[in-house]
Amino acid sequence: MTDAAESSPDLNLTRVPEVGSAPIGSADEIHLAHLWESAPGWRGWLSTVDHKEIGLRYLVTAFIFLLMGGIEALIMRLQLARPDQTLLTPEQYSQLFTMHGVTMIFLYSLPILSGFSNYLWPLMLGSRDMAFPRLNALSYWVFLFAGIFLYASFPLGEAPNAGWFNYVPFAGLEYNTGPNIDVYALGMVLLGISTTVGAINFVVTLFRMRAPGMSIDRVPILVWGTLTASVANIFAIPSVSLAFFLLWLDRQTGTHFFDVVNGGKPLLWQHLFWMFGHPWVYAVVLPAMGIVSDALPTFCRRPLVGYSAVALSTMATMLLGFGVWIHHMFAAGLPTLALSFFGAASMVISIPSAVAVFAWIATIWLGRPVFNTPFLFFAGFVLLFVIGGLSGVMTAAIPLDFQLNETYFIVAHLHYVLLGINVFPVIGGIYYWFPKFFGRMMNETLGKWSFWVMFIGFNVGFFPMHLAGLLGMPRRIYTYAPNMGWSTVNMVTSVGSFVFAAGILIFLVNILISLKRGVLATPNPWDAPTLEWAIPSPPPAYNFAVIPFVASRHPLWEDRLDEGAGRSSLEQGYLLMEGRETIGTTPLDAIPDIILKMPEDSYTPFFLGLFSALAFTGLLLHWGAFTVLMTVACSLSLIVWMWPRKALVQRVPDIKQDTGAVHG
Amino acid sequence: MAEAMQLDKPLPVGSEGKRSGGWWGILALIVTEGSLFGYLLFTYFYLASQTEQHWPPEGLPTLVMPGVNTLILLASSVFVWASERCIKHRHLRWSLALMALAFILGVCFVVIQLNEWSKKTYDMTSNLYGSLYFTITGFHMLHVIVGLIILLILLLWIALGYFDDRRYAAVTIGGLYWHFVDVVWLFVFTTLYLSPYLY
Amino acid sequence: MNDSKSRFRHCVAFNYAIFLCVLAAAPASAALAETENEAAPLNYFLHSYGPASTPTMYLGWAFVALMVAIFTIIALLLAWAVLRKRTVEDPRLIGREDEGMPWIYIGTGVSTCILFALAIYSLVTLNVVAKPTHAPALTLTVTGYDWWWKVEYEDDDPAHRFVTANEIHIPVGLPVLVKLKSADVIHAFWVPMLAGKTQMIPGLTNQQWIEADTEGVYRGQCTQYCGVQHAHMGLEVVAQSDAEFRKWQDAQRKSAATASVTGIDAGKQLFLDRCAGCHTIRGTEAVGAHAPDLTHLKSRRLIAAGLLTNTPDHLVKWITHAQDLKPGTRMPSMVLTATEIASLSAFLSTLN
Repeated sequence: MTDAAESSPDLNLTRVPEVGSAPIGSADEIHLAHLWESAPGWRGWLSTVDHKEIGLRYLVTAFIFLLMGGIEALIMRLQLARPDQTLLTPEQYSQLFTMHGVTMIFLYSLPILSGFSNYLWPLMLGSRDMAFPRLNALSYWVFLFAGIFLYASFPLGEAPNAGWFNYVPFAGLEYNTGPNIDVYALGMVLLGISTTVGAINFVVTLFRMRAPGMSIDRVPILVWGTLTASVANIFAIPSVSLAFFLLWLDRQTGTHFFDVVNGGKPLLWQHLFWMFGHPWVYAVVLPAMGIVSDALPTFCRRPLVGYSAVALSTMATMLLGFGVWIHHMFAAGLPTLALSFFGAASMVISIPSAVAVFAWIATIWLGRPVFNTPFLFFAGFVLLFVIGGLSGVMTAAIPLDFQLNETYFIVAHLHYVLLGINVFPVIGGIYYWFPKFFGRMMNETLGKWSFWVMFIGFNVGFFPMHLAGLLGMPRRIYTYAPNMGWSTVNMVTSVGSFVFAAGILIFLVNILISLKRGVLATPNPWDAPTLEWAIPSPPPAYNFAVIPFVASRHPLWEDRLDEGAGRSSLEQGYLLMEGRETIGTTPLDAIPDIILKMPEDSYTPFFLGLFSALAFTGLLLHWGAFTVLMTVACSLSLIVWMWPRKALVQRVPDIKQDTGAVHG
Repeated sequence: MAEAMQLDKPLPVGSEGKRSGGWWGILALIVTEGSLFGYLLFTYFYLASQTEQHWPPEGLPTLVMPGVNTLILLASSVFVWASERCIKHRHLRWSLALMALAFILGVCFVVIQLNEWSKKTYDMTSNLYGSLYFTITGFHMLHVIVGLIILLILLLWIALGYFDDRRYAAVTIGGLYWHFVDVVWLFVFTTLYLSPYLY
Repeated sequence: MNDSKSRFRHCVAFNYAIFLCVLAAAPASAALAETENEAAPLNYFLHSYGPASTPTMYLGWAFVALMVAIFTIIALLLAWAVLRKRTVEDPRLIGREDEGMPWIYIGTGVSTCILFALAIYSLVTLNVVAKPTHAPALTLTVTGYDWWWKVEYEDDDPAHRFVTANEIHIPVGLPVLVKLKSADVIHAFWVPMLAGKTQMIPGLTNQQWIEADTEGVYRGQCTQYCGVQHAHMGLEVVAQSDAEFRKWQDAQRKSAATASVTGIDAGKQLFLDRCAGCHTIRGTEAVGAHAPDLTHLKSRRLIAAGLLTNTPDHLVKWITHAQDLKPGTRMPSMVLTATEIASLSAFLSTLN
């Protein structure tokens, strides 16, 4: 691994960045590749800060969690296929439904989108990396360790068992004496650190690291989606971290926050949890909607209809998302007047979604669809989005929610929005960007099969849940009597869910085959418009040989779109090769502002992540001294990380005169 | 279009004050940590408004010692600000001295608060109020301690001659964190010590 | 190229049609699966028997009709957008950017109007179901326990108050106020054909009202996950004519007969020894407060919070195999000899 920057004598505090070109194979390009490549083998594996590598790790790890959550679901569906089954004990069922929720909602649905965003943002924005490469690595390691932490309890039969929203007092020490809930509480606080630092990274990257000329109204909608979700997470995650921390305190030290006998309030948990929980569900769908908004137009051979409307609707949805949390608590006995505000807000929040739906339909209508696999996923997504959204509007009607709440109707709604608005765009996105990630195309025939099997399986599986809910079937029951009228819908659902799983299997087979034998991909196999398609597939470590100058939303379509704007410059741009460098720009207009020095690969993120996870393990197991030791180790890692480095020009290059000498 | 941008303008390199990545990072961190304290104070007000107990159960809190402590913390922030200003003007020895003073004042705050804690007749588990009081002030104390470690490290880096008027981003960034801890204390103080006098 | 494209279009259309059929078949099959109350006792969507739930049922129909219509329109628009014939163009041609805004304006505009109307309708319905039109004729307190329901009938006269469990009787045509408490964790009270649900939160007293306009038996269910036997925490509300209700109420107010009767004394003693720690039978020394009041056990239709019908066989099975029938329940599987079972059974059958 090169350390050229350190030994380079050029540590000028200002300079004019050179403009030029660096075609593949030129001396400059080889030098650039040398600067940005990670070490081979396990060294590189532990120390890399390459956002592409980190993005792929997120995608793979999140997908593995999806499969684990899916298997949990399939086991539950076996139990529920017929009345009065005894495949599972009630306690096992409780752990399964809780872990299914935790896995899908926390370990899959956001991390998978972080994976896409991590990989694609610098490529879409014309940058060489994210704003904080080491922080990026840290967010992955902590995510991985938190996931392992949460799952370590499962083989011991001590997984969290109070549902993913973990209401007190059932989650309190009196009714839940084992370590199950402590695992959940501490695991969530740890995971919250990962999500928060990831969110901070996205926000700062968006505002600082775009290519010159990429003004805020030219960034892809995926970027808007992730940006909005990240801003929201920065505000919302502390609420749930606090809730879990207070619960852990109650359980382990004897405080009284949720202790009814001593003045604590169970409703406090519900407020703190849902003040986070509702913004969270928008955080896990808005980036996915962004994937569709960026990829669908490629297959419609035209730009997205209503770019500004869609970007604004993304922000509006997230903003309104902070004002509706009480709709998860409609049945909690709160005063009707208070409920009415939140019910109205919950209806209003579907309006920005309508904007997006009509934008997509208009884009298809006015475009010329190309019936590739990704297009099928995106078109199917629109239908599922509508069903999920409409069932959601039903739950926003308060008196109706008094009946629907806590029944399978809600389960149907949440799966339509989560699978429909997250999983389907994700799978479509994988088909779309697979050529970019791996340099090979996925198989079209298997792709189409996987879509139809998934689409039909999903609807056969989850649509009947609406009916089960209307027939009064409550959530979270491990079995039901034969005379309740739920037997048929449950059997149909179970069958459908296995069909859906088969679709996922076909998708996985497609991935494995394509990795080995897929057709080699060109830089832009789909003839798409955005910057990531201007570089080779897969991209080189440095992303862009020269930082491009951007003139429109669709740099690669400029010669064919009659936009009147200028032409982006992709072959000529900033060279920035004095070490690992990229350009920093002003937040709104993307005017070049500063030359940013990027850190080299480092082991500190891995160690900080490891020590944090171990500190939490110490807390869980009540190993006081060990916890203190790990905390000290964390502090030391952090100090090492933050130590000002000459190469990054975080401190003055040398001390020329006495400190204290006064100069004019 | 590329010609419209001034391509011959010299640009700063590296972590240049408020254009550095670290500045934006600390701002975001402050937003998230500030939100955390927001939720903590929400918890206090929610439980206090819903309680059937007499509130605060231990009677109205005394204001003298905590009030003095608040002034100490504020003073400490002023010294941090002054220290940064000195670096800007290359008075590095002054900067070092002021930062040291700020650190000492911060330590005074901790000592005085620990003393206040030890004098309480209740602890974190005695009752709901105790749980709230010690958790909220405890979270703040944790942030103060982290801030003190940061100030100490800044002291070290200034002493090592890492900074001058051209590059001192770390001082700005660390200083902002300390000011944040100070502002949070104002909110905590108002909530725990002043608000009981209002009802 | 043309040929494969149009073949593919047909393929898409065909699969789409299958999907819509599946969507339509599901409700049809569910409707076939049940024809009346008995077959789906919690089906509040098609059946409602009181003013606290009927306006909501109509709201539900309006919503479903509208949502199905909206979905159909959008599905057709999408299908048309995907499948409509387009002139063959150079594949390199890219559509213009500034087009299509009317889609967004009209679509969002129409959606907003519909939403506004629905919001008004919902709030009006909320207003109607939130409170009864006249003062409640009867007040009950229902307390949720893991995994059964304690029911206390209130009255100004303390002698007229009584406690029962898992089965609520109400007079037809009169509003009943139900106060909701919890003895342990959060439960939720739900009798869907009579009213919506409300959480029962420890430390608080929530309340809701129910009213039945027809005589009958209405099934209820706990609807907030409360532990391993949440699935088996059911209840019944029996709505009776005024006369029948008074008869039931008078009978419930009486304590169990205290006279010594041969044949059941052994059973009674067994009960006092083994069961009185948790259960109460008014009129005896059994005053346990952790389990259902059994004073009028025989008068109930179901036992074990709706798990089993109340027959002597089921009762014995419950007493001796509670942990097999409802694993994790607080009731232990009592170990009894055959004679003990017989005498206990005889005693319990006197609790009318």
